[in-house]
Amino acid sequence: MATGIKDKVAILGMGCSKFGERWDASPEDLMVEAYTEAMADAGIAPEQLDAAWFSTHMPDIGVGRAGFQMGIALRLPNIGVTRVENACAGGTDAVRGAVYAVASGACDIAIALGMEKLKDTGYGGLPVASPGTFIPQWYPNAVAPANFAQLASAYQRKFQVDPGLLKRAISRVSIKSHANGAKNPKAHFQQAITEEQCLKAPIIAEPLGLYDCAGVSDGAAAVIVTTPEIARSLGKRDLVTFKSVQLAASNGWEMHSNDWDGAYVHTARIAAKRAYAEAGVTKPREQISMTEVHDCFSITELVTMEDLGLSDDGMAVRDVLDGMFDADGKIPCQIDGGLKCFGHPIGASGIRMLYEMYLQLQGRAGPRQLRNPKLGLTHNLGGQPSQNVCSVTIVGHQGV
Amino acid sequence: MIGIVGFGGYVPRLRLSRRAVVDANAWYAPQFAGKAKGSRAMANFDEDSLTMAVAAARDCLGTGGDRSHVAGVYLASGTLPFVERLNAGIVAEALTLDETIEAVDLGGAQRSALSAVSLALGKAGTSGGNRLVIAADNRKTRAASAQELDYADGAAALLLGTKNIVAEFLGSGTITADFVDHFRAAGEDIDYHWEERWVRDEGLSKIAPKAIAAALTHAKVEAGKIDHFIFPSTFARIDRQLAKTCGIRADAVVDSLAEGIGDTGTAHALLLLAHTLEKAKPGALILVAQFGSGTEAMVFRVTDAIKSFRPAKGVAQWIARGVEEKNYTKFLSFNDQLRLERGMRGEQDRKTALTTAWRERQAILGLVAGRCEVTGSVHFPPSRLSHDQGKPLLDTQRPYKLADRKGRVLSWSAEYLSFHKSPPHTYGQVDFEGGGRILMEFTDVAKGDIASDTEVEMVFRVKDVDDRRGYTRYFWKATPNRAVKPA
Repeated sequence: MATGIKDKVAILGMGCSKFGERWDASPEDLMVEAYTEAMADAGIAPEQLDAAWFSTHMPDIGVGRAGFQMGIALRLPNIGVTRVENACAGGTDAVRGAVYAVASGACDIAIALGMEKLKDTGYGGLPVASPGTFIPQWYPNAVAPANFAQLASAYQRKFQVDPGLLKRAISRVSIKSHANGAKNPKAHFQQAITEEQCLKAPIIAEPLGLYDCAGVSDGAAAVIVTTPEIARSLGKRDLVTFKSVQLAASNGWEMHSNDWDGAYVHTARIAAKRAYAEAGVTKPREQISMTEVHDCFSITELVTMEDLGLSDDGMAVRDVLDGMFDADGKIPCQIDGGLKCFGHPIGASGIRMLYEMYLQLQGRAGPRQLRNPKLGLTHNLGGQPSQNVCSVTIVGHQGV
Repeated sequence: MIGIVGFGGYVPRLRLSRRAVVDANAWYAPQFAGKAKGSRAMANFDEDSLTMAVAAARDCLGTGGDRSHVAGVYLASGTLPFVERLNAGIVAEALTLDETIEAVDLGGAQRSALSAVSLALGKAGTSGGNRLVIAADNRKTRAASAQELDYADGAAALLLGTKNIVAEFLGSGTITADFVDHFRAAGEDIDYHWEERWVRDEGLSKIAPKAIAAALTHAKVEAGKIDHFIFPSTFARIDRQLAKTCGIRADAVVDSLAEGIGDTGTAHALLLLAHTLEKAKPGALILVAQFGSGTEAMVFRVTDAIKSFRPAKGVAQWIARGVEEKNYTKFLSFNDQLRLERGMRGEQDRKTALTTAWRERQAILGLVAGRCEVTGSVHFPPSRLSHDQGKPLLDTQRPYKLADRKGRVLSWSAEYLSFHKSPPHTYGQVDFEGGGRILMEFTDVAKGDIASDTEVEMVFRVKDVDDRRGYTRYFWKATPNRAVKPA
């Protein structure tokens, strides 16, 4: 019986680049920015790193397809570097590799770094990526906003929600994230928005308007992990440890059976269940202090509140409008601004979320600091509602 | 005093055998049998007007040294790769000139090179600073045409200013006339010509003498005193005929290089001028004129300072290092007139990220590396992190130019697998004198030219052409150091 990773691995240091349209920075520069902050935070020399995981989604527009490009960009001391590609969950999957390496005893100290350079593509939104040889012969040339917008129509149908009310609720999701992002100097967008702006914004994919969509940006984030014992031996106190890192990948059920109703994300519920079990969380609404979830689109965040069990099914609209996930609500969500304000440099996002949880748990989040958080949860969703990979990570103070 | 302070040229290495062309087309165009003599300079697959302009400018400016004295670049050509995007701006980046320089593209007629000289002289006179005029051409021609045999690819450069003058500007004359001997409409790439006899008798013979006379009058020089008379034309002996008409001595007529090089279009007057200056004596009077919708003519007097200036290689050496090319189909293919099978590897998308190109422009266009000021190690491409002598160093690299440094081949190979316009595709690692290493392509090479330890120099060339979007990207390649004694 597996015992899981709870409290076996601690965060030694983290770094996060400024996210945004980084016309000034190469992919390598972004990696250096996140890495140097993480190394300074950890207080170690490169020679103390035993292994590295590197998450990047679109190699053809970044640095290349393998792991050694990170070794070169960071002039690492010839340690093994594994490139991880797992869509929007890639950053968290890279963390999982590093965490597992430390938990297994194979490594004392490991690093996971995610980076994406989207603004060298010339595209306004996400660039078109190759889906292989077979899919283009039958599948629509679909884009992410319309894939996720379908959550809204399915949700409306299932719970008989008034379209106007749902639009107001998802607008509130974005308004809340912008209010948070306005306090974050590393966010791409740092201005508050109004409900009127949201409701009147041009439609991207019915019913999602401009402010229902996350930005597209460049960025990198890094985490250095070790055992709690080594962390303490290096002088670290108030350790933030991993409680769980779980992934769930679709197996085709949503796409090929007629049973999935399209109003929730199947894998998210499985990953959450496993993560709570691994972390020993039995009452998430009471135990989880804060979340950073995959708000690629506002409707995704709203549905995710139900998938994570933080709202009852059909009740997320009410909870969102009641302010349950606002900065001063019961379980603040996207306290750093989320994908909405950071944009979504795909390979980096999971680690960027972890960075905010780490800062919050250490009391280092400045004007965004929440009062005494205990457990933080991050969630990534790669793919689309009908076929995807979902990750759920829980971190917190050691022993909590 | 104002005038020429430096000069240089460039002639591509390949010389297409006219015999090979005439023989290949004999079944169709037997009338060219009499032209099957000598050769014409032919750009390699990775050369265009812009790369040749950079080569000529480097020949003029010399390798290394401070280039901050250059205050303007005036690029004249009828065949620039970009209609919208300043070609002179690309040249300025390749030469690592200061961003405050003036940069101008000129064209429209072959005499535009001399128009550029005129503009540059004026600007040097009023605003100071040295002004670099470059002329280059790489004209397309129809297969089995006279132009295919007469035209050539090449470039030349003049540096103009008010200090250290090697040839003083004495005067100029201009005639502007819409005499259409040939034309090329926007969007077309091949010239259309009118009958030669009319062009010669009604055009050149009547228009050019007026400009030449005006230049002599302005310069207060008698025609008979001219020591070197330059008048490029694809018409044989028209230069001699004009000299006679204008009262210039027959022995002053400068050889047009028609036999071995051909006519390099917009570049040709400056190429012949640079070639002439290489061996000119102090005091010599030079009249250079070029036809094109009229005529521009200029008179210069060589000064004593001519003894102290030498181009990096010089036209004579460029001419001497030529190598005969007998494959007519290679010429056609290089000019996109023969579509050879490229294989699937040739279908690769060569789209350029313009964001990246801008951010890395110094490294890509200027071949500027980063040198760590702590350890002295050289990194290409430059990076924020250096890791030398066991410790990482952040933001310690400073710009370090590699383009004018000698290189030495560490390792190499030549392959026929990837799509390449002139196989084999040859590349390898080059170590630079003073530090730095780049895995780069070799060009202007034949089997046996590259080996480990071969000394190489850097040349600015076309890296890739994005056929779908019409964008050409440039980078540097290595070519063997070929010091050839001019004949």
